[in-house]
Amino acid sequence: MSQTTDLADRIKERLVPFPRPHFLSAGDLNPPAALALLDLADEFVAHNRAMDGRPTLDLMAGRTVVNLFFENSTRTSSSFEIAAKRLGADVVTMPVTASSVSKGETLIDTAVTLNAMKPDVLVIRHSASGAADLLSQKVGCAVVNAGDGRHEHPTQALLDLLSLRRAFGDVGGLTIAICGDIAHSRVARSNVALLSMMGARVRLIGPPTLVPGDADRWGCEVFHDMREGLEGCDVVMMLRLQLERMAGDLVPSTREYFRFWGLDREKLAWAKPGARVMHPGPMNRGVEIDSDVADDLSVSLIQDQVEMGVAARMAVLAALSLRNDGAVR
Amino acid sequence: MTAFAIVNARLLDPSSDHDGPGAVLVQDGRIAEVVRGTAYQRPEGLQIIDAQGACLSPGLIDIRVKTGEPGAEPKETLKSASLSAAAGGVTTIVIQPDTDPAVDDPAMVDFIHRRGAALNLVNVYAAGAATQGRDGQRMAEIGLMHEAGALYFTDGDRVIANTRTLMRVMSYAGAFNALIACRPADPWLSEGAVATSGELSTRLGLSGAPAIAERIQLERDLALVEQTGARFLVDQISTEGALACLARARAKGLEVAASVSINHLCFNELDIGDYRTFYRLDPPLRAEGDRQALIEAIRDGLIEAVTSAHAPAPAEDKRRPFAESAPGAVGLETLLPAALTLHHQDGLDLLDILRPLTSGPATLMGLDSGVLEPGAPADLMLFDPDAPIVIDAAMLRSKSKNSPFDGRRLQGRVLGTWVGGRQVFAA
Repeated sequence: MSQTTDLADRIKERLVPFPRPHFLSAGDLNPPAALALLDLADEFVAHNRAMDGRPTLDLMAGRTVVNLFFENSTRTSSSFEIAAKRLGADVVTMPVTASSVSKGETLIDTAVTLNAMKPDVLVIRHSASGAADLLSQKVGCAVVNAGDGRHEHPTQALLDLLSLRRAFGDVGGLTIAICGDIAHSRVARSNVALLSMMGARVRLIGPPTLVPGDADRWGCEVFHDMREGLEGCDVVMMLRLQLERMAGDLVPSTREYFRFWGLDREKLAWAKPGARVMHPGPMNRGVEIDSDVADDLSVSLIQDQVEMGVAARMAVLAALSLRNDGAVR
Repeated sequence: MTAFAIVNARLLDPSSDHDGPGAVLVQDGRIAEVVRGTAYQRPEGLQIIDAQGACLSPGLIDIRVKTGEPGAEPKETLKSASLSAAAGGVTTIVIQPDTDPAVDDPAMVDFIHRRGAALNLVNVYAAGAATQGRDGQRMAEIGLMHEAGALYFTDGDRVIANTRTLMRVMSYAGAFNALIACRPADPWLSEGAVATSGELSTRLGLSGAPAIAERIQLERDLALVEQTGARFLVDQISTEGALACLARARAKGLEVAASVSINHLCFNELDIGDYRTFYRLDPPLRAEGDRQALIEAIRDGLIEAVTSAHAPAPAEDKRRPFAESAPGAVGLETLLPAALTLHHQDGLDLLDILRPLTSGPATLMGLDSGVLEPGAPADLMLFDPDAPIVIDAAMLRSKSKNSPFDGRRLQGRVLGTWVGGRQVFAA
């Protein structure tokens, strides 16, 4: 038996149905389901690395995945598109500006229209929190939340978890600092839920204006001082300063933000020796992270996160397809 | 630096409630020893200054001083303000950010500190603006200014009307444990006002702001303090109603301090009766009941800082009809004798009036001065509390001469001022 066949068999052995009909929130997972997805994603990583021109898998052959992006996102959109194509699905990517949505069609109208086309999976990104949830109630296919407002971005949390497990073996017992613009970050909300569920200790660090007032009720420790917050941390997860989401100024200037909350070598040294750095991208270099740190592969997991993104999304899409029609081949 | 001792003095140290004879030994710019009582042994070869029974206290700390520098140097420079401070027994001044350009970035804070240090007179610190350009809309670089040494953050006389902005300023400042100061004045009720609303202002035909404008704004500010947990200074409190709000906030455990200008402790609304523009102040002079309540608040320790509210305005800005004249008065050089009228005329204990001029503002600003204790900077003031003087505005060292005390007979005279053990003024 060839190596490729071994891999395909292992993938099929690992493939288990997704625990819920949609993936809207990190809370849709439980620890066994998350571990199963990670195990599956590990196999996809191996597959992706070994592809080398060989044909894609046929796990979703004949299935249609629609990428519905109401917000610009080259990175996430491409990641989902590649993931679906490697599973053998037909993929339609619909940027908002080219769709009828820009002509005043409501989200529900769009959902009904798309539903009539019988897609198997809808991947949606939208600027309004709850948009993915709303869509899921109006369509007959699986919906994957690729980011809704400042609410959740569950596949990002899953790929972050995958990156961490591959770097550390197990996230249980890790102390992970999520730093920066917590208030506007759906990545933070999904990661807090998933990482905590998997046994990590999560800290939030940021200026008081960028940390929600009730964040201490999320089961995290909250810090406003980087030195205090980073002490003893295994992982430093930086977030993008989302200036475009801010109504009025929440920090005085980007230079001041970088001085106190931007990650550079000096601040990284406050964390545990050997601490690893993450960022969901796209990065504002010199605002929340220094290039010197971001580009150092001995500490940065940022490139790993991009690679793991494709594998984690493959795992989600495949598991959702299996759950919803049992017809994954 | 040589060592010296000031002996045969009446030591007044509000931080330890000490009022009695004693001596202070100064070495290397700091207080080396404080001897309470008369048993001081004079070491050989030590320079001795005999106070001849005069009062020796920590130098005064004035947290609200305006200068014209940078931008309007003819009004006042840092040098003329420093000379005026030294002559008034004021050893530390905190410059307001309403210069041109405003002190709203770390370079400006650094400029004030370097210029002040180069003058080698009194300690000069900056207060940073809370919002950029003091526009009340966009938060200033509070963190960087804090790091550069700004002692607190305020938009000065401008009220931050935008509640959202102020809430963000307060919340953000919490990351640095930075002190935020605000003038309590509802901007709509106070708009265009040059006096306190009431029978007098109506009779004089002056537009007035009701006293309640102060309370309304203070209630808002205190609600935000409660929400954000900010360290907060009520800047220039002037009404009885606002004092009651302040007391309630304290009782709730909020970290709220208050300052009052010496003018509002010494004058009332009747002083504007002849339209003399030296009494055109902001906030306006209030009713006698408010003044009495402020004095009681000093006695009760409700107010941490008494300020000169030094606001130089040249003659061309004051020689106008009352409503059109610039608000404000100079006060650095008259601060002590004015404060002593509260002792002579209103019965305040000397320690009670010196406390908000020394240890009170020092604690609020996080300074190690303002006390007579070994190790503290030798920032000292020697004064005669009873000496009669007549204020002559023309003789003031300030570039502007807009003093409401001009021509007044007061009691109290500064005899000498030391900053870091160096004498910067001698009568």
